[in-house]
Amino acid sequence: MKSSGIIAAAAVLLLPSLGKAAAPAAVDSSVEKGKALALDTNKGNCIACHMMGDGEFPGNYGPPLSQMKERYPDRAVLRKQIEDATVMNPKSIMPPFGKHGILSDSEISQIIDYLYTL
Amino acid sequence: MKKTIQRGLFTGALVLMTAMTAKPANAAVNYQALVDADVKKFQGFFRKEFPDVKLEDFGNGVYALDEDARKQWKEMEEFPPYELDVEAGKALFNKPFANGKSLASCFPNGGAVRGMYPYFDEKRKEVVTLEMAINECRVANGEKPYAWKKGDIARVSAYIASISRGQKVDVKVKSKAAYDAYMKGKEMFYAKRGQLNMSCSGCHMEYAGRHLRAEIMSPALGHTTHFPVFRSKWGEIGTLHRRYAGCNENIGAKPFPAQSKEYRDLEFFQTVMSNGLKYNGPASRK
Repeated sequence: MKSSGIIAAAAVLLLPSLGKAAAPAAVDSSVEKGKALALDTNKGNCIACHMMGDGEFPGNYGPPLSQMKERYPDRAVLRKQIEDATVMNPKSIMPPFGKHGILSDSEISQIIDYLYTL
Repeated sequence: MKKTIQRGLFTGALVLMTAMTAKPANAAVNYQALVDADVKKFQGFFRKEFPDVKLEDFGNGVYALDEDARKQWKEMEEFPPYELDVEAGKALFNKPFANGKSLASCFPNGGAVRGMYPYFDEKRKEVVTLEMAINECRVANGEKPYAWKKGDIARVSAYIASISRGQKVDVKVKSKAAYDAYMKGKEMFYAKRGQLNMSCSGCHMEYAGRHLRAEIMSPALGHTTHFPVFRSKWGEIGTLHRRYAGCNENIGAKPFPAQSKEYRDLEFFQTVMSNGLKYNGPASRK
């Protein structure tokens, strides 16, 4: 019983390394989840204020979300900006998504994964 | 010896403190001048931001800023969606109460009184709004008050606004108590609140005219001149305080009750900021 569980777990762990296609699939799902969160009016709703990929009717409160890797080479800096933009700029109108619990840590990670594709 | 010096110092400090606090109390503070300076700054912000928009047109909200939106709105206003409400409001205004009197007996000038509200009542030490005056008239005559946010209160308010169109916004702040209420409203307007940590001024001043998704942010200047409004999203007519509550909900903040002191002070502040514009309600809005 116990050993079969271990074998199954090992098989799951091994799977990504077996086929090359499996690894990008895991990343993609995080990117896709991030995109869905970025569009969700009750979650990130990033598009309400930022032009973002192919999203329709974007707002223009903030700058377009493009070339994110070049603009935020340090992932931690981008994370802090999403968690509470008023730290960098006290007058920022951007909601403090982390500080006010609008997004969880893992949701912010998924959004960052998505933003880095833009 | 030491004690005496201490006591002397203490008395001296007391005298000094009294002198310091007594001075501003004795000198007459011109509250209206303080407020007028705020109005000038506030309106100056919008004039600078939108140099092509006439001051008076700010009463048309977002339709003063965006031509496409204005065209759609003008088409909508050709057959105003609030017309039936104005008619119903007129009937309610003239309908006799059980005691034979009516709302019409409470208001001078045939009910064309929009320009008199809101005002700070120096005896009651609070802001009195038009909706409040309507319900107080009913209660004083033994009738039940209307519900605050929509329905008959908005209909009567719409009728009064419609026969008052063109009256000037000219709200006075003449006493310390009035200024305190004004300052409360001002704080409410500029303070960030709610889960989204937003203020009225953030969207309706700094980002007025910008797009929030497909919507265009309305300018705070002129916000209170055109209420009540028939809002397409509501599919009916509603009051300014109903809109305040909706806005608070949008930013994840707990709304205050309609006609609460908080919203009346906010209405007072916002209306003062529109001094010089004209009342142009009721209106239709998306």
